[in-house]
Amino acid sequence: MLKQCEGSHAVAEAVALCRPEVICAYPISPQTHIVEGIGEMVKSGELKDCEFINVESEFAAMSVAIGSSAAGARTYTATASQGLLYMVEAVYNASGLGLPIVMTVANRAIGAPINIWNDHSDSLSQRDCGWVQLFAETNQEALDLHIQAFKLAEEISLPVMVCMDGFILTHAYERVDMPTQEQVDAFLPPYEPRQVLDVNEPVSIGAMVGPEAFMEVRYLAHAKQMQALERIPQLAAEFKSVFGRESGGLIRSYRTEDAETIVIAMGSVLGTIKDTVDEMREAGHKIGVLGITSFRPFPLVEVAAALKHCKRFVVLEKSLAVGIGGIVATNVRMAVTGMGLKGYTVVAGLGGRAITMKSLTGLFEKAGRDELDPVNFLDLDWKVVNKQLEREREKRRTGPAAEAMLRDVGAVAARNY
Amino acid sequence: MSALQTVKFYQTGTFTVGNRLLAPEERSVQANMQRTNSLNSGHRACQGCGEALGARYAIDAAMNATNRQLIAANATGCLEVFSTPYPETSWQIPWIHSLFGNTAAVATGIAAAIKVKKQKGQGQDVCVVAQGGDGGTTDIGFGCLSGMFERNDDVLYICYDNGGYMNTGVQRSSATPSAARTATTMPLGPEPGNPFGQGKFVPAIAMAHEIPYVATATVADLRDLENKVTKAMSLRGARYIHILVPCPLGWGTASHDTIRMARLAKETGIFPVFEAEHGELKSALAIRRPLPVEEYLRPQKRFAHLFGKNPAVETIARIQAQADKNIRRYGLLSKEAA
Amino acid sequence: MFQVRIHGRGGQGVVTAAEMLSIAAFDEGRHAQAFPSFGSERTGAPVVAFCRIADKEIRLREPIMAPDAIIIQDPTLLHQVDVFAGLKKDGYILINTTKTFEQLGLGDFVRDWHPERLCTVSATELSLKHVGRPVPNVPLLGGFAAVSGIIKLESVVMAIRDKFSGKVADGNIAAATEAYDIVVAEMREALTHHA
Repeated sequence: MLKQCEGSHAVAEAVALCRPEVICAYPISPQTHIVEGIGEMVKSGELKDCEFINVESEFAAMSVAIGSSAAGARTYTATASQGLLYMVEAVYNASGLGLPIVMTVANRAIGAPINIWNDHSDSLSQRDCGWVQLFAETNQEALDLHIQAFKLAEEISLPVMVCMDGFILTHAYERVDMPTQEQVDAFLPPYEPRQVLDVNEPVSIGAMVGPEAFMEVRYLAHAKQMQALERIPQLAAEFKSVFGRESGGLIRSYRTEDAETIVIAMGSVLGTIKDTVDEMREAGHKIGVLGITSFRPFPLVEVAAALKHCKRFVVLEKSLAVGIGGIVATNVRMAVTGMGLKGYTVVAGLGGRAITMKSLTGLFEKAGRDELDPVNFLDLDWKVVNKQLEREREKRRTGPAAEAMLRDVGAVAARNY
Repeated sequence: MSALQTVKFYQTGTFTVGNRLLAPEERSVQANMQRTNSLNSGHRACQGCGEALGARYAIDAAMNATNRQLIAANATGCLEVFSTPYPETSWQIPWIHSLFGNTAAVATGIAAAIKVKKQKGQGQDVCVVAQGGDGGTTDIGFGCLSGMFERNDDVLYICYDNGGYMNTGVQRSSATPSAARTATTMPLGPEPGNPFGQGKFVPAIAMAHEIPYVATATVADLRDLENKVTKAMSLRGARYIHILVPCPLGWGTASHDTIRMARLAKETGIFPVFEAEHGELKSALAIRRPLPVEEYLRPQKRFAHLFGKNPAVETIARIQAQADKNIRRYGLLSKEAA
Repeated sequence: MFQVRIHGRGGQGVVTAAEMLSIAAFDEGRHAQAFPSFGSERTGAPVVAFCRIADKEIRLREPIMAPDAIIIQDPTLLHQVDVFAGLKKDGYILINTTKTFEQLGLGDFVRDWHPERLCTVSATELSLKHVGRPVPNVPLLGGFAAVSGIIKLESVVMAIRDKFSGKVADGNIAAATEAYDIVVAEMREALTHHA
């Protein structure tokens, strides 16, 4: 059924349709509306046979999730930013134990400086934690990916993180097609755990593993992600046959057929990029887009194939690997090793900096002329940066940098337009 | 006038003679042929390990009380390491180890899953025990523990308190007693050992959460321990049992003195043994003849710096004052002693 | 694509207004995208929300920097925020005020604009009258339906029913309808006067 609703609400409803049994909730913007929505459904009785637990921290949220998942319950939680970092130890533990928890990360920057706005630093900081990471482009896809996530997680016994842009998607009202309970039931079978804490068949879970088997256990996690690499496109196809729409998969190309320049990105910014590419196509630029949906496992082969005929690629990412440049870009470069392509990294939209068509057009035109640096920062205010660097050269006690730069910007209050 | 009881000219209640003479329902779980050996023999604990002893009695009693419908979550620490050197495991019950600081939360999750499964008619009524050492309970796991208490989750949490991080080589925890020597509170400087005025007594904090049941116990009185676990398993909601378990390695005591040390801790008032319900003290194990703390301190190498040529009289007096305060606060003196 | 920017203060229902506008457009079978300015704003602080309306899928995610229409829920913002930033010439302006554009000091700014696109309505008073609370967002949507013609009053009514129920819904519908009528009359007068 088509409806106009908030992204968070759409995800809450989708999760409820997946018949979760335990939900762990701890507030952090911009994820909060999702668990609030589910909490309401549990409280009203709309979502039955589900325990909604208000925990005392994100670390507890993931820990409760570990317990309930190990005891055989379909388990869900959501977080963002500092919350994801606060639960990191348990995040690694959940994947190490092979527990198919599904978690939404409403992507948000990481401090300091504290910032509530969107970028991908939080999820990408966890790229090696063993979870599958799927990035949604729209609220429709966010909704759909959650349904696929439970199926994927439970099939391969690995946790799945569904990443959706904080505020930009979570707080946006837009049209979504909400599936019926029958459709979801047809797609997602009841959870059949591979391992479970069962009094009738006692097992010990979480034993210490020494050097003699640790490598093998870790390799298995990698092997499972390789299985996921195969399953993700299959699941997208199965999803299409039940729900009638394209959602998920590993990657998605847009107007790349004869493209000389291909822009690579993840998440909601793909929409703005596509609009930009449409305009540039009309002006005669041979440019296309490659969206990456599955960041973990990373589809090396598929990305290489998608870039096979272009001359250059531009990775536009909402993350910064301080000291090297891009995170997504590093992965893409791994995929195109030996292909002789020109590649540019563009760090954009950190901490909610708006990514506009105007800036993108300028950037892509420059890329087309190969005038970009290897690593670029979109719309960076060099004046402010240089002024601070100058200050630091001149004097020892310059005080807190963030505050000094805010003063230079002249911002009276944080805003993003 | 009712029939007079016949005088029984034998002693009961000790393990040396008593159990065989008791009615079967009064006997220790360990005296039962059907005991579950939940923590089976063959584990890798040190000789004289108080924690292994306490855990075996506690978990067997819980198994007995729940008709073997029990799942355990375990914090990182000695108990976890010595019980599961995979592929060997000493646990005869479903058991999970996740992390050091999240055991109470993991147990909450298990309890939630059980509740839902039961609601759906897919599962039995299974009870959940969480267990950890004092580090995993009073320090790193404290947030999750308090959360579990505050929500009154259906979990019995058992803390095996040996007063330090023994697994990592005897470092100080917030349960390390004043003046005790650990690897991070060396007996050096003007205030040797663990400083006074620090540390916390988590049973009292558990009581402040007003949870249905809080108890302390020691491995010196294992019947008392069994009774408390059995009582805890008859209740629902958040329950907490804090067991003093001497550690020969960390305390510097002889392996065969573990039970004696636990008894001395109780008899000096150093470790109050009591029960509380919904935040209120209900009963305490009485001390018949209070012993001076010196008797407890002297056999332990971790307090050796208090004795020797120049005994730290003042420090010992401060420890005595702590014990006296416990005796007053928890009403530990038996009538005859008072 | 028609782009609307709504300015108000925390507590005035700015974000809700944008969401309801998107629901109204959706009810007419169109695509709409509403989103707030995402600040951790407190009651009384300046707040901005956005709404895009189009006949095809909306992919663009940038904030609305060149709006076709502006709704101002609190005229005191005129002295604090550059509310008209990027507004297209001859765009639509609807202000919650009892004053005129001249009285607000906006006369020069809109001198040669279409006068029937520049409307005011005392939405706070309408809200107090019909709902009993000073929340101007919903009556302004009624007025906006009139001045912009981009959505129908009936769609606004449907959106109100979607968000509220019972007396609050009825009061808001009455307020929105009255605002609609006021703005229609205002536009008629502007056209007559202009002609």
